[in-house]
Amino acid sequence: MKKIETKNLKLWYGKFQALKSVNSAFTANRITAIIGPSGCGKSTLLRVFNRMNDLIEGIRTEGEVVIDNENILDSKTDLVVLRKKVGMVFQRPNPFPLSIYENIVFGEKIHVDHVSKESLDEIVERSLKDVLLWDELKDRLKEPALRLSLEQKQRLCIARLIAVKPDVLLMDEPCSTLDPQSTSRVEELMRELKNKYTIIIVTHNMQQAARVSDDTGFMLLGELIEFGQTHNIFTAPKDKRTEDYITGRYG
Amino acid sequence: MRNPYRTQKIAFSLLFLATLLIVVPVGLIVIVIIFKGFPAINWQFLSDIPRQGMRSGGIFPAIIGTLYLVAGAIIFALPIGLLAAIYLSEYSKENVLNRIIRLAIINLSGVPSVVYGLFGLALFVVFFKFGASILAGSLTLGIMILPVIITTSREALESVPDSFREVSLSLGVSKWQTIRHIVLPNAIPGILTGTILGLGRAAGETAPILFTVAAFYLPRLPKSIFDQAMALPYHLYVISTQVPNVDEKIRYGTALVLLALVLFMNLVAIIIRYQFRRRKKW
Ligand SMILES: Nc1ncnc2c1ncn2[C@@H]1O[C@H](COP(=O)(O)OP(=O)(O)OP(=O)(O)O)[C@@H](O)[C@H]1O
Ligand SMILES: [Mg+2]
Repeated sequence: MKKIETKNLKLWYGKFQALKSVNSAFTANRITAIIGPSGCGKSTLLRVFNRMNDLIEGIRTEGEVVIDNENILDSKTDLVVLRKKVGMVFQRPNPFPLSIYENIVFGEKIHVDHVSKESLDEIVERSLKDVLLWDELKDRLKEPALRLSLEQKQRLCIARLIAVKPDVLLMDEPCSTLDPQSTSRVEELMRELKNKYTIIIVTHNMQQAARVSDDTGFMLLGELIEFGQTHNIFTAPKDKRTEDYITGRYG
Repeated sequence: MRNPYRTQKIAFSLLFLATLLIVVPVGLIVIVIIFKGFPAINWQFLSDIPRQGMRSGGIFPAIIGTLYLVAGAIIFALPIGLLAAIYLSEYSKENVLNRIIRLAIINLSGVPSVVYGLFGLALFVVFFKFGASILAGSLTLGIMILPVIITTSREALESVPDSFREVSLSLGVSKWQTIRHIVLPNAIPGILTGTILGLGRAAGETAPILFTVAAFYLPRLPKSIFDQAMALPYHLYVISTQVPNVDEKIRYGTALVLLALVLFMNLVAIIIRYQFRRRKKW
């Protein structure tokens, strides 16, 4: 099932065109990797999906981005609703300077009036179990989140995100600050999560894309050069530029 | 040949001397005031009204007056200053208007306090017909400390990392909720520090209250915000220059109380800032 579809998506930062007619489709319950050299527009594309680019002055978009049959680029889109549905995990793990518990219930407490202690407790337990942190942290919920290890912090950020019940998880180089062991554990987690979510991951790490993703898109200078099943992209790329990039001959 | 070690020694001594030059006057002022003023401090001095043409008795009405004025100034200046700071740091875009506002705030903090006094006289006392009153004096002091409060609050807000705002927005939290639940709580220590520094300044200034509230001699407590009041800095000025034969002890005692009040406020500000620096980890 198509969850997100872009049609002739173009984006300008002022006069600079960062996305050039991107056509793509992201399927639910699959992990899609977006790869490409630095500055090709991967993060820009990702941040279109939850309209985080709106924060930047002088930005302009054309075309359509359809999520659940709605064009989210429409000016009438409710950003609060959109961002609850399409959540984001950032490159640097960035928990709030609050306790582990308060980090996870942050969204729920703001979104829902008079939420009971029991339902908050339940959300914390469920979210932490989903990111496989519950056993480690269940006795430390009142501790400051800033005391956790980098990997734990990043998992906590994912827990904080899934506590607001999104459908789509956008991940912008979520493992780039982690060591190889932590990275492979987070990848494991992503495979686990894809049963419930649509996951789009931006990564510089080609092995990672090959390991975790079902589909892959290759971008170059704002264009989506090739998009398809990861297996096909990595074994039989149709475009010469894709082949150059994945064999490391690019640039 | 130049001797690098000797040059270094000379430079070091000069730097040390300059630093010493700053510390010495401050230390001297404090020591002199404590030594000459301490003998005057007793319960009666702190709790009694001035008597015998201010030549004996206490300074209670002046202490209370100053506390009223400082409280009034903060009630007025903190909400306005904080809201302005939030607007400037979170909402306003970089444009000409914003730059003019910023320039105005910087210039406002450089305006001599006596000018605030005249302004308060013209606007609050005369135009709004508040008369010389606690209300007029508080408003005048409030305007005087607005720039400090806006500037420090704004710095405090801007020191909250953007990544916090970004995460919060990405969780579907609105901009105002983000400010309310993430930005403000993390900026509060800085805002408090600025506020208390402003308070210290408001407590010590004479010129802004001279025409707007300060009573020469009023041996009772004010009953409403439309009453005049005595205040420590003005009382000190009066007993030092306007009333002959006031015992030196009483003058320095008054100075000591004022100094202690202001130093105490600054100390609180320093402690808050220190605690915050220790806690902050991003
Ligand atoms: N706020 C901005 N204003 C102007 N240009 C920008 C802005 N953000 C990104 N760009 C430009 O848009 C292009 C795409 O940037 P983007 O961050 O999407 O690249 P990326 O593929 O994520 O790169 P990286 O792999 O380094 O993260 C780059 O040329 C970048 O310089
Ligand atoms: Mg990027």
